[in-house]
Amino acid sequence: MTTTAERPVETKQGMSAQSRRRMSSLIVGVAAWIIGLIFVTPVLYMLLTSLHSEPDAATNPPSFFAPLTFEGYANFFGSGTGTSPWPSLINSATASILSTILVLVLSIPAAYALSIRPVRKWTDVMFFFLSTKMLPVVAGLLPIYLIAQFAGMLDNVYTLVIIYTSMNLPIAVWMMRSFLAEVPVEMLEAASLDGAGLIRTLRSVVVPVVLPGIAATSLICFIFSWNELLFARVLTATVAQTAPVYLTGFVTSQGLFLAKVCAAAVAVSLPVIVAGFAAQDKLVQGLSMGAVK
Amino acid sequence: MSTALEPQAGAGTSAPASGGGSALRVAGDWARRAPLLPALIFMILVTQLPFVFTLIISFMNWNAYYPDQIGFAGLANYGAVFTDPDTLSAIWTTVIYTVSIVLLSLVIGFGVALLLDRAFLGRGVVRTLMITPFLIMPVAAFLVWKHALYNPNYGLFNGLLRLFFGPNAVQPDWISDWPKTSIVVSLVWEWTPFMMLILLAGLQSKPLDVIEAARIDGCSPWQVFRYMTFPHMRQYLELAGLLGSIYVVQTFDAVFTITSGGLGTANLPYIIYTIFYNAHDYGKASAAGVVVVVATIAIATFALRTVSSLFREE
Amino acid sequence: MKRWGRRGAVLGFAMLLATAGCAGAGGGGGGGGGENSVSVLMVNNPQMVDLQKLTADNFTKQTGITVNYTVLPENDVRDKISQEFSSQAGQYDVASLSNFEIPIYAKNGWLAPMDDYVAKDPAFNQADILKPMAVSLTAADGKLYGQPFYGESSFLMYRKDVLQAKGITMPDKPTWQQVADIAAKADGAQPNMKGICLRGQPGWGEVFAPLTTVVNTFGGTWFEKDWTAKVNAPEFKEATNFYINLIKAHGENGAPQAGFTECLNAMQQGNVAMWYDATSAAGSLEADNSPVKGKVGYVAAPVVKTQESGWLYTWAWAIQKASKKQDNAWKFISWASSQGYENLVGQQEGWAKVPAGKRASTYSNPDYLKVAGAFAEPTKNAISTADPNNPGVQPRPAPGIQFVGIPEFPDLGTRVSQDISAAIAGQETVDQALDKGQQAAEQVAAKYKK
Repeated sequence: MTTTAERPVETKQGMSAQSRRRMSSLIVGVAAWIIGLIFVTPVLYMLLTSLHSEPDAATNPPSFFAPLTFEGYANFFGSGTGTSPWPSLINSATASILSTILVLVLSIPAAYALSIRPVRKWTDVMFFFLSTKMLPVVAGLLPIYLIAQFAGMLDNVYTLVIIYTSMNLPIAVWMMRSFLAEVPVEMLEAASLDGAGLIRTLRSVVVPVVLPGIAATSLICFIFSWNELLFARVLTATVAQTAPVYLTGFVTSQGLFLAKVCAAAVAVSLPVIVAGFAAQDKLVQGLSMGAVK
Repeated sequence: MSTALEPQAGAGTSAPASGGGSALRVAGDWARRAPLLPALIFMILVTQLPFVFTLIISFMNWNAYYPDQIGFAGLANYGAVFTDPDTLSAIWTTVIYTVSIVLLSLVIGFGVALLLDRAFLGRGVVRTLMITPFLIMPVAAFLVWKHALYNPNYGLFNGLLRLFFGPNAVQPDWISDWPKTSIVVSLVWEWTPFMMLILLAGLQSKPLDVIEAARIDGCSPWQVFRYMTFPHMRQYLELAGLLGSIYVVQTFDAVFTITSGGLGTANLPYIIYTIFYNAHDYGKASAAGVVVVVATIAIATFALRTVSSLFREE
Repeated sequence: MKRWGRRGAVLGFAMLLATAGCAGAGGGGGGGGGENSVSVLMVNNPQMVDLQKLTADNFTKQTGITVNYTVLPENDVRDKISQEFSSQAGQYDVASLSNFEIPIYAKNGWLAPMDDYVAKDPAFNQADILKPMAVSLTAADGKLYGQPFYGESSFLMYRKDVLQAKGITMPDKPTWQQVADIAAKADGAQPNMKGICLRGQPGWGEVFAPLTTVVNTFGGTWFEKDWTAKVNAPEFKEATNFYINLIKAHGENGAPQAGFTECLNAMQQGNVAMWYDATSAAGSLEADNSPVKGKVGYVAAPVVKTQESGWLYTWAWAIQKASKKQDNAWKFISWASSQGYENLVGQQEGWAKVPAGKRASTYSNPDYLKVAGAFAEPTKNAISTADPNNPGVQPRPAPGIQFVGIPEFPDLGTRVSQDISAAIAGQETVDQALDKGQQAAEQVAAKYKK
């Protein structure tokens, strides 16, 4: 377990060193809190706005203490349009979860082949993976649309699974490679001395050790897939619509929409936020690998 | 951070022990490549096919509204891309965005990571707060920035100015007066958590025993930082900077939502989008996309092979 | 930690199976939904949102046809529609298009003509559709390709109470100069109130919708009949200078970003005394929860050299040529654009929310007039007198009042509008903006001159 608290060292100065450290800890704490609150303010304001009625959300100056209402959320769940958000949410979940799993299945062995037992030209392979992210998504929309149309794969959630996997695989490979490179040589040598093949080594030695790293990578892939808008909008129609597309449906150029959209944004971001908060210390722990002793 | 191991052919490969050193080596090579192949083949199939299409379309004259005039255009589209003043200024804007956003979020992210590396009351909570911007759907977040924060009539910023400085407080029109800055601020807000996560991870993996020893030996905190922490962090800073740059170059939602590309804020992805969907000039848009790829590859190659230590093996 | 990992993996796998099971039905290309369905792609304006709400209990109950909607904001929906229709992907049967796209799409063979359906459906009462609307949805080959869902022109909306308090009277057919003078007098009439709200947001359909009408009535035009571009001609310059100076002097805060929504908000919150924009805004201003309900007066779009200057615009339904459910599509259109639907909205949602501006019968409906009386007459007049073929003082090469009906216009209009917004923000001069615009327009004209 990483420890970052400094144990008070008994020095000749004794108390004053300790109180000096407490002072600096206090300053650090205050600074961190201030910055943290600044960063979260837009989100808190979004939450507040989502609980206001439309006219209240658009007053000048902003009315912080307007009466709270769940109108926005009711609207998200279909009070205004009669349509339910659940199909979109389920589609998003399917696309995100499946693509994340596929990314892990593909990236962990690949990262193994780029770090622990690297292929000869591992730098070129790494660069290739990175280069697939250099074509602007907007430029790739048309060819992918035409290919999907030709293959009859429009409006199909599995098309999105494939696209999202290809979107996140390079990052996953880069990240997993960094984690795998931290696996201690001794453990691997011990495994191979025991006669373990690749799958065995991966399963019983490597994966448990980099599990926090896997958690970190899968969370990031999940976030990127869940929030993806451009491909979802272009490639889906009535059946495979995802949550972000459903959300943009509330942004209208002919009326007030702020409270509705904030409510929709909170609702749509909720799964990601829950996953993020639950996993976030696994996330940091995982990204660090200081756990390995 | 230790990098790739280079075990020699002898260290316990599962290659069949058939005779001939070179056969063994070839078998060993393929055994090493095998885990990589699924991912590699998948990526080649899914990304290179569309890219080849984009390349082909970039040499065509294809406007969606004139379907009977589709034909070969040679390098005309590329010429159009390089002579179009909007595209040229978009290139410059993209560079400005990438440099400023990546640098700012790296610096702020590093600062916050350093703070979060120390223990204080509620550290977990602050860490959670700092991650939140990264979890919110970007489109929604930028809508909030545009309408709930920046709006000069009913946005939070002007409302706060009113609250603190009275009803006659200055009420600037944030987006119209500082368009590029508005976009940069919102993107720094979005990407700092990403940088912070990676850097915090790096900080928490620094070799504590060595640092503890140095401190006991009397090194000042500044010396510890400069000669031990920072070199250890270099890999992480470069990784965060590289990944962040790749994403920020492609950023589209912020420009689309906050300014609709007006007031000089249009970057390359946005310009490509307008060429596709306003002008319906598929050939020119594809050519612009190819130009972006080539330029990014050139810059990234230069950065990775010369400046960066990411590809070097210790 | 190992146990967490394993339990987490099992949990994740279980969740995955559950969701895959639910969404498994979602796989499969081609138009979704069962046999008896129709897929509609539409913009998410308030009138369409009401349509969504009322479909299940009315249309689906009557005909048994399920309607699968996709709603998107205007810019997004235009992009998706153009991609869908240009590739004839067949994902949607009906889409909401405007009188700008329909003639162009029809020429490219992307739409199915509706004349046969209209002939076989007398209950639809095509004759009731306002003439300018129907004409604008007819293509060059004389066939009808769209049915309006709601139509709009533009007019001037003003706070009756504010003007009265300041002793200002609004003439019946104001000129732009008169409007500018009134804006000056009404500026500051109430705390935080500016004289007038005019759009400034970049976009060919944003700032250039009202601005082109101002250009028309000042005697300017984008192109003359022989395709000579006239963007930096004296009339266009005069109109643009007038518009921008009026905004700078008495216009709303945040003008360079102000579109319809921002101005609607400003008008409702009492931040402006007047607003020149679409007639459909009146529905929101007179809605029950509007703070300015009953306080707004409506008068014809201000003029200078022409008799009228309101624009003509409609969101209309079009059927995709590649659609395999054209009969269902027509049944949907026939219901959504019918008189019966308007009555339904009036009774269930309120008469101010009726998708008006397309049928003459709406304007002789006593229930509608009781609630919408204030703006019904000016709206109907504005639409009836709009002439897309002759909106200004000189003949035009292509139809359109607030746009030029050529495929290149969205790109041209949006580019020039970026400079106009920059000019409003004070970052460019009007001359610079219009000179750049002239160059872009000349490039477009070059294609048509031969």
